[in-house]
Amino acid sequence: MQNKSSFSLKDFLSSFMLGELYKGMVLTGKYAFRSKITLEYPEEKTPLSPRFRGLHALRRYANGEERCIACKLCEAVCPAMAITIESEVRADGSRRTTRYDIDFNKCIYCGFCEESCPVDSIVETSIFEYHGEAPGDLYFTKDMLLAVGDRYESEIAAARAADAKFR
Amino acid sequence: MIDTIFAYGQGLLAAPWWAALAWPVIWALVKITAILMLVMGAVTYTTLYERKLLGWVQIRLGPNRVGPWGLLQPIADAMKLMTKEVLRPAAAEKFLFYMGPVMTVMPAMVAWAVVPFGPDIALSNINAGLLFLMAITSMEVYGVIISGWSSNSKYPFLGALRASSQMVSYEIAMGFCFVVVLMVSASLNLTDIVAGQGKGQFAHMGLNFLSWNWLSLLPIFVIYFVSGLAETNRLPFDVVEGESEIVAGHMVEYSGMSWAMFQMAEYANIWLVSVLTSIMFLGGWLSPIDSALFNWIPGWIWLGLKSFFVVTMFIWVRVTFPRFRYDQIMRLGWKIFIPVTLVWLVVVGVWMQTPWNIWK
Repeated sequence: MQNKSSFSLKDFLSSFMLGELYKGMVLTGKYAFRSKITLEYPEEKTPLSPRFRGLHALRRYANGEERCIACKLCEAVCPAMAITIESEVRADGSRRTTRYDIDFNKCIYCGFCEESCPVDSIVETSIFEYHGEAPGDLYFTKDMLLAVGDRYESEIAAARAADAKFR
Repeated sequence: MIDTIFAYGQGLLAAPWWAALAWPVIWALVKITAILMLVMGAVTYTTLYERKLLGWVQIRLGPNRVGPWGLLQPIADAMKLMTKEVLRPAAAEKFLFYMGPVMTVMPAMVAWAVVPFGPDIALSNINAGLLFLMAITSMEVYGVIISGWSSNSKYPFLGALRASSQMVSYEIAMGFCFVVVLMVSASLNLTDIVAGQGKGQFAHMGLNFLSWNWLSLLPIFVIYFVSGLAETNRLPFDVVEGESEIVAGHMVEYSGMSWAMFQMAEYANIWLVSVLTSIMFLGGWLSPIDSALFNWIPGWIWLGLKSFFVVTMFIWVRVTFPRFRYDQIMRLGWKIFIPVTLVWLVVVGVWMQTPWNIWK
């Protein structure tokens, strides 16, 4: 630390000649010619982790039987209380849901439902480009969630397989 | 070529009132329109250039969605601003509130009247050009003060207070820069100031750009440029706007086209200061090297290129430095710029009396 009362001709000249300001401008000038890191979103996309938590889906077994057994663990663990489940005993004696609704207006995409599911039924896909245009558009019923699962089953299965060795 | 068109128009009608009165008026209007179109076009695309350059320095691409390379972005911005509602606060003074933007943009346009674009291309080649410029650019502060005061709101008022003291302070340093240039060129006429830079030791060797005023008056050149930054309220001297402290200063209560007029004035002023820097220090329309190819390029292109370079410097400075604190701005203006310009005024004055006077 320099003594305040002492006068240094070198410091005076350097600040009078704007020395440090030129250094700053040289730096920003160099940055202007760097290759840009902007990702032009609709044309280019970032790679997504298999653990990405996007739109939910309900899965089925290979024989077409729905996985969900209406244990209601996801409903219990959901911190935003976005999941509503009603269940009954089906004709073959197994317990199944009659209603499985997720309100995506409430959902915080924490992934607890997926973690809690004992049969890997409710999962989160890597779909994040969806929207609703009216109130209620983001209220997904069981049929809609099953349809998402049916449509993206191969991707969901691939993501689970890629992540399996870390679990 | 311009004289040919003028003479052709004069001969269109045989009546004496046409050649004596009507045609010169129409001709002046045509020239005004041409210059304003040029200035407004430059202003529009400077906004895009500034955003692009800011983006590049921040390793981004800048606007590139509207049209190829974002070239239609200024048009889209203009459409948006023109269709927006112009709101007026209930407590604002109505007449002055609407006059504010007009008074800001008016001097920025008027000053172009005396700018020489070439050896004989100037709307009005008046002998007191430099004086006219000083008078007109001083008017700018009125628009800012009036718009800030008439808004009858706190942030605009604070912005206007800052603007008035800052712009007035830097006008003094700027005025001394004008005086030094006036001394060495012995003329207030901008055309003569440019022509005077085309001769000298280096110009005889063909290196015109070394005999321009920027080298012999380097400290004045730098001070003029920095005062220009302060005068146009550009970063690092934009405490007038100060968006992190007083939101947008005198522009807070304005919207739509009335706000756009402030922006137009700001960018027109940037171009004006750049053109003046080119004229007074960078040799105006003169070509940098005395060669056949460079002399063949028309003068207004050289002036445009030099001004574009100075505009780039404006944006480069903006993207590099943070905003000055208000008392630092005042200290720089009063305690550094004014003494330095005064001392340099004396130095140049004494220099001109010695046998080594290079401006004869």
